[in-house]
Amino acid sequence: MAGDAPLLDVRDLSVSFRSGGRDVPIIENVSFAVCEREILGIVGESGSGKSVTAMAIMRLIDDPGVTLRGSVRFRGQELTTLPQKAFRTIRGREIAMIFQDPMTAFTPVYTVGWQIDEAIRVHERLSKAEARARTVRLLGDMGVPDPERTANRYPHQLSGGLRQRAMIAMALSCNPALLIADEPTTALDVTVQAQILDLLRNLRTDYGSAVMLITHDMGVVAETCDHVMVLYSGRVAERGPAAAIFSQPAHPYTAALLDSIPPLTGPRPTRLPSIAGAPPAPLERPPGCAFAPRCHYAHAACDILPPLVRCAEQEVACVLPGEGKALPPRMTERVEA
Amino acid sequence: MLKSLLQRLGQTVFVLFGISVMVFLVFFATPGADPTARIAGKNASPATIAKVRQEYGFDRPLPVQYATMMKKLFITQDLTSYANRGEKVVPEIIKAAPVTLSLATGGAVIWVVVSILMGTVAAAFRGTWVDRTLMAIGLVGVSIPVFWLGQVANLITQARYHDTWLFSWVPPLGYVPFSESPVGWFKALLISWCTLSVLFIGVYARVLRSDLVTVSGEDFMRTARAKGLSPSRVLLVHGLRTSMITFVSLFGMDFAQLIGGGALLTEVVFGLQGVGRLTYQALSSLDLPFIMASVMYSAVFVVLANALVDVVYLFLDPRVRDGR
Amino acid sequence: MNGPVDTAPPGPWQTAFRALGGNRSAMMALAVLVLIVVLSLIAPFYAHDIAHTDPFRANVAGSFMLDGRAVDIMQANDNPLHLGMTPAGPTWRPSAYMLGSDSQGRDVAARLLYGGRISLLISFSAAVLCIVIASIVGILAGFFGGFVDMVLSRLMDIMWAVPVYLFAISLSIVTISDGLKIGPFTIEADNLLIPIAIIALVYMPYAARPIRGRVMALRNADFVMAARSLGVPRWRILLVDILPNVASSIVVLAPLMAALALLTESALSFLSIGVQTPTASWGTIIQDGEGLIYSRPMVAIAPGLAIVIVVVALNVLGDGLRDALDVRETSKRGT
Repeated sequence: MAGDAPLLDVRDLSVSFRSGGRDVPIIENVSFAVCEREILGIVGESGSGKSVTAMAIMRLIDDPGVTLRGSVRFRGQELTTLPQKAFRTIRGREIAMIFQDPMTAFTPVYTVGWQIDEAIRVHERLSKAEARARTVRLLGDMGVPDPERTANRYPHQLSGGLRQRAMIAMALSCNPALLIADEPTTALDVTVQAQILDLLRNLRTDYGSAVMLITHDMGVVAETCDHVMVLYSGRVAERGPAAAIFSQPAHPYTAALLDSIPPLTGPRPTRLPSIAGAPPAPLERPPGCAFAPRCHYAHAACDILPPLVRCAEQEVACVLPGEGKALPPRMTERVEA
Repeated sequence: MLKSLLQRLGQTVFVLFGISVMVFLVFFATPGADPTARIAGKNASPATIAKVRQEYGFDRPLPVQYATMMKKLFITQDLTSYANRGEKVVPEIIKAAPVTLSLATGGAVIWVVVSILMGTVAAAFRGTWVDRTLMAIGLVGVSIPVFWLGQVANLITQARYHDTWLFSWVPPLGYVPFSESPVGWFKALLISWCTLSVLFIGVYARVLRSDLVTVSGEDFMRTARAKGLSPSRVLLVHGLRTSMITFVSLFGMDFAQLIGGGALLTEVVFGLQGVGRLTYQALSSLDLPFIMASVMYSAVFVVLANALVDVVYLFLDPRVRDGR
Repeated sequence: MNGPVDTAPPGPWQTAFRALGGNRSAMMALAVLVLIVVLSLIAPFYAHDIAHTDPFRANVAGSFMLDGRAVDIMQANDNPLHLGMTPAGPTWRPSAYMLGSDSQGRDVAARLLYGGRISLLISFSAAVLCIVIASIVGILAGFFGGFVDMVLSRLMDIMWAVPVYLFAISLSIVTISDGLKIGPFTIEADNLLIPIAIIALVYMPYAARPIRGRVMALRNADFVMAARSLGVPRWRILLVDILPNVASSIVVLAPLMAALALLTESALSFLSIGVQTPTASWGTIIQDGEGLIYSRPMVAIAPGLAIVIVVVALNVLGDGLRDALDVRETSKRGT
């Protein structure tokens, strides 16, 4: 394994689908990297292309109208051109994925244990009993009470939190180097959410897995991630170390997102600031900065697509830092008068 | 689980009672003519008519007539056919049942195998010419009147191409009991099995394909792919198994209906002396007791078979098992 | 896409019609149906002015002109015993016995057109009647729920359990000999209303169940709940919120029901308990042809093909309608 090379290196990934005789871009030139044992948060509103990015990496989009460009390298190996059959040995074994809704993510007619056994036995030559032993151990590790019995239950018999734990157990069954978690907590209760996030945070020490955490919740990112990438309307708005971005966001959109997290201490503001308007649909995306129509700082220079430039510790797709008008550092403990 | 079984049992008993009342009313309370004359048959003597009236209690109120009828059908089983010189009806039906059973079973085997193949292949090749061709064949299949298809099959295998190598093995129309000669039984029924299954192949292949297509959009299919399973394993083990739930419940109903007389047209065209063909012969002689008995028995059979299918269903779908 | 939108967006029905118009196979199916209806309508003209024949009168001793020669309708056949006579085969000329003659010397082509009138009349009327009854039953059961639903649903369960053909046979056999007397009204045994009503009745549960399911789903839909909480009267909810939304399900059912009705009509007529002589339908013509199947197969093949073509066209049209109206639940049976 090459020493410093990132585990996953995504360069200029674009996905578009044909509709009404033209290509509609869903994501454009998205680049990022995930290192070993790192937790990367991908943040954005619904429709910003977070899930599509994950699905594109896993090659789970098989609509014939969809075209995919760019490069996805995993441990130096190009994934986008790998034959389907060879890719299947990576999918589930090296890169595993869990989904938003644990209610519908298990096949209803098989027991949870059967489905985890299947995931194990597809990649490793193990007997049924050996696979089941590992399944039970994994379920136990994930904090599932009475794992032997739970393994023999059907998905509909388990609560949402248990199902998501089982889902994570299944994803970890072959010790993947990278776990892609697509909104893993959105469908769960707040208390269960915190437990599942805990679980994800500890994966790197317990299993040595890197995690790509997709979420729309800046609060989740703050609690969990090392690095953050903010997507807006299919393009990277800003990316960099979580600490840097949280203390000094460089993109007005990131700043606005952060402002919409309720403060943990001090009196609660009567109204959280919100971002007026909605992100543009892929077809109505402006040629320049996509956030400009909703941005306080928008001016003539924003009509040209801003490139990703380095600004302090992070990289940002905004003209403001270049114009010497960087956003002020954020007062994390700001108290409204 | 026990609770849902008991509930199902209660429902079954209720439907059985309802059917017997409905069939009884259709035959004896349809406004129009005197049921006595209908039972006694065409040109019956006044003596026969008087005997029938007394036997069935047509001079008494409807509930009494109903009770009398049910007793004659199911308990004493001595319902008599007047058009057919005093033949007892119920034993005749029981005697003809193996023919119908053979016809329906063989047809069912063919249609289940072929339709699963067709539906799965069409779903796997969704949107391509393979899919379109298979579905077009299915559509034509559901559009052919079975009795006409039988005639055309007879025309080809019995007359036009009978002397070619392809169909020279086809025996003349009629039934050969399995106990007499298994090979003869098979040969005698093969063409009628194929004819009978055409309609169902069309229906089931189309239903299965659309179920598989719906299922392939489900989250759990995506999970299965993300696990690294091969496309065929995803389609067969996860997709097909889930779609089989609908398939099996449809199959139970259709198979029961076929055994209960739905194969009548096929039996008539191929000269197979099953319950259906006996019913057909009773139609031409206006032998009402026979028709009523066959309708009643087949309805009872269908209801019981449906109840059985529901129990099988409990084992197929864990969600239903828990009375979700 | 660019520029202000100055016209109202098309309504759902308009969109559906456009989608249907763009569906090539559905349009072809519609064209075929129209063609067959027109052909059936001109049956008297064909029989009287082109084929010069009376398709309802036996003509075993007659002859017709073919290439300037008189040909006997009933011909001595070539079997070694010279038993019986074989009717004339197809001439493939519209002027006389294009599809040959049946065992009573009648022109099969002309009878086919007349049969089409009856078969189509019965199947279309039965489909309409069936859907009207099924809509009433399905909407009542689905909308009112509770006791009404329980009674109607159990009734449908019961009807469901009797095999369709046996149910139809039972109803036919009791009405076929004596007709139907309801109070002061008498319906004669040969009245076409009898097969129409029978077919409509036996398929009622097949159409009513999906409609009931759709109404129940709608009844619990958010927008209906909202209307209710605003105090909108029930009848108004039924007319304004439910009916227009069920209408698409009902429209989709229509061609499928017509197809089933046509198949059932032909089967009943084939069993000689449907359309009664002297009226002809495609089913009765197939039955006429049964005895001639090995010698003059065209008598049975022609009406059978006609049925297949019409049923395929109806099914294609039904599929097209379903796609255009985007109705999901179309299973003809089961819940």
